[in-house]
Amino acid sequence: MLTLKSIHTYYGSIHALKGVSLHVRSGETVALIGANGAGKSTLVSTICGLVKSRKGTVEFQGKNINGYSPEDIVREGIALVPEGRQIFSTLTVEANLQMGGFIHRRNGRQMLQDMERMYERFPILRQRSQQLAGTLSGGEQQMLAISRALMARPELLILDEPSMGLAPLIIKEIFNIIRELREEGRTILLIEQNARAALQISDRGYVLETGKMVLQGEGAMLLEHREVKRAYLGKGAKQIWEA
Amino acid sequence: MPIWQPDKECMSRDQLQQVRLERLQSTLNRVYRNVSFYHRRFKDIGFSPEADLTDIKDLERLPFTTSLEVSESYPYEMFAVPLREVVRVHSSSGTMTNPRVVGYTRQDLKTWRNLVARILSAGGVTQDDVIQVTFTYGLLTGGLGIHYGAELVGASVLPTSVGRTERQIKIMQDFRTTVLVSTPSYALVVADCIEEMGLDPKTFSLKYCICAGEPWNEKMRTEIEQRLFVKATDNYGISEVIGPGVAGECLEQAGMHLQEDHFYAEIINPQTGAVLDPGEEGELVLTTLTKEAFPVIRYRTGDLCRLIPEPCTCSRTFWRMSRIKGRCDDVVVIKGINIIPERVGDVLQQVKGRRPVYQLVAIRQGHKDQLEIWVEVTEELFFDKMREQRALVDVMRQKVANFIGITPRIKLVESGSLERENGEVKLFVDRRQNS
Repeated sequence: MLTLKSIHTYYGSIHALKGVSLHVRSGETVALIGANGAGKSTLVSTICGLVKSRKGTVEFQGKNINGYSPEDIVREGIALVPEGRQIFSTLTVEANLQMGGFIHRRNGRQMLQDMERMYERFPILRQRSQQLAGTLSGGEQQMLAISRALMARPELLILDEPSMGLAPLIIKEIFNIIRELREEGRTILLIEQNARAALQISDRGYVLETGKMVLQGEGAMLLEHREVKRAYLGKGAKQIWEA
Repeated sequence: MPIWQPDKECMSRDQLQQVRLERLQSTLNRVYRNVSFYHRRFKDIGFSPEADLTDIKDLERLPFTTSLEVSESYPYEMFAVPLREVVRVHSSSGTMTNPRVVGYTRQDLKTWRNLVARILSAGGVTQDDVIQVTFTYGLLTGGLGIHYGAELVGASVLPTSVGRTERQIKIMQDFRTTVLVSTPSYALVVADCIEEMGLDPKTFSLKYCICAGEPWNEKMRTEIEQRLFVKATDNYGISEVIGPGVAGECLEQAGMHLQEDHFYAEIINPQTGAVLDPGEEGELVLTTLTKEAFPVIRYRTGDLCRLIPEPCTCSRTFWRMSRIKGRCDDVVVIKGINIIPERVGDVLQQVKGRRPVYQLVAIRQGHKDQLEIWVEVTEELFFDKMREQRALVDVMRQKVANFIGITPRIKLVESGSLERENGEVKLFVDRRQNS
C-alpha cells in the first residue's frame, strides 16, 4: 500500500534521512522504532508532505505522491495522529472531529454518521463533545486525536508517538485502542520509542538509527533480538513498558 | 505439496523487489559500520551505502568478495557482530591454508532453520516423514544445517551422519526411513550396497531423496530414482553464505528455487566479472540480505550455473537456478587447454553408463605436461582377459581425447586408493611442481 524507496530528507544542512526504504502492506500494522533523533518523525513528515524529500520516491496505492501537498495526501487516504496530539485546544471536541472530516465536509450525512461512530468508540468524547478540547486529559486528547484522524476515513493511519507524555495506565489503554484498530483490519504505521509495546502489536517492524535503517523483521523476531533488546528495551524495563 | 511459507515464497516480484532493497540497505549499513574489511573496501571506491544505494542494481558497483579474502580473515575478522552475540561457528572445507570460518547469531540460526524447512518441504518432506541425514555432523554446515530444518518441519530426524553404509541401510530398513538426505554419489553407493546385501529396495519405505553437496546430472537422478524407488531433488548450499538452504528444487524437478528474499544472486562472467543477463551461464555471486553474524557482499561462489526467470508451475515466485555445471575455479589448464574435471567424469560415464571414481592428475615429464586419469577399478571395469581390459582403456582414452582435445593416459588403480578429502575424491591433483 505504502512504499518508500531510498528516501533522503534534509533539514537545512542536516541530512536527516539517508536512503530509507520501507513498505506497509494493506491490513498490516508496521512499527518504526528508533531512539530520539533517529529520524522517525522526519520520516512521518516526509510521508505526509510536511517536508519534501530530496531524493527517493513515496508511493501510495501505486501512485507516486512525492511533492503532494499535505491536504492532497489526506485526500489520497493517509491520516496522521501527530506527535504530541496537536488537537485544536481552543475548539470544542465536536469541532475538532469536524475538522478531521474536513475533506468530506460536503457530505453532511456521512460526517454525522462518522462522528456518531467515534462517540460510540469513545463514549467519553460524547460526554465532552461541547467542551474545549484543551480541557481534556492527556489520554482523552489522544483519543480525540485518533478520532479526528479516523474522520478522514483513511486507508492508512499513521500514529506518531501515541504514548508520549502519557501515564503508564493510559499508555496501556492507548495501545489497546491501537490493537482494536488493527483487529478491524486497518492499515497502521506506528512510530514509537516504546519499542516493546509497539512491537508486541505489530506484524513487522523497522529499526531506524541516525537516519538509516539497520534492521527489519517480524515484530516477534525484533522483540527477541539481542540488539533491539539492548538498545531499546533495556534490562528490567519490562514492568514499566509492558502494555 | 505444501509450501512452507506461501506468503514469502509466493510473493509478487514487485513486493520481493522492495523487500530486497530494504534488506540490502540495512545489510550494507551494518557491514559498513561493523566490518572493517567492507568499510575499507567501500571507502576505497568512494561508495557510501546511504548515498549510493538507491536501487538494488547499484550493488554492482561494489567489488566482489573472494573465498581467499574470507580465508584471510581467519578466524573472526569478517564477523559483523561481537563474538558474544555469536552462538554457533562453522567452517568450510578448505583447500586453502586457513579454512573459511562463519558465525551465526541466534537470529541467523532461526533464519537458517526456516530456509532449510522451505527447501525440505519443496522436496516433499512433511511432519510424517522419517528423515535420515547422511551428511557430516560437525564443523561443516551440511549435517546440522539440514538437521534443524528437518526438526522444524516436524519430521523424525535420524542423525546418522556419514559412513558405515551397511549400518545406514539397516537403520533405513528398520526405522522405516522415508527420506534420505545424501550426496547423489552416496545415494548410489547405498543402492549398490543394498544390492550387495541381497535386499530389495522396494521393501524399503523410502519416498524421497534430497541430494546436495556435489555436482550431478539427470542421468544420476534417473539412476537414483529407479534404483531406490524415490523422487530425487537437487539443492544448493554454501557455507560462506549460510550452508544448506540457499536454493532447493521443488517436486517439478526443474531447477532450484533460490531463496531470493534472503539472498541476492548475480551471474557473472568469471573472467571479466561482468554481470550477465538472466538465463546466461556463468559464475554464481551471492549477497546475503538477512545474515547478521557473517554477511557476505557479492561473494564469488566459484559455482557455474544459470538463473531461470520463467515462473515455475509450483506457484513459487522465486527464480530458479540450474544445476551446478561445475566449479569455475577448478578449471584445469594443461597444455593450454581448459579442462573442467567434472566434464571428464561425464565422458567416462558414457563408457559404462556409470560414473567411475576417478581423478585427474597433471604431471610433468621434462618440460612436457601430461594428463593422467586415474580410475578406481570396480568389478564392472575389471576383465579377466587382457585384451578386453585394454579395449576398455582405449575407449576411455579416445572418448576423453575427443572431448577435451588432448590425449590422456588412463591408469586403473585399486578401489579406494585415490586421494580423498572429506570423504570425496579430489577430482584434480596437480603434480607438476613435484615431478
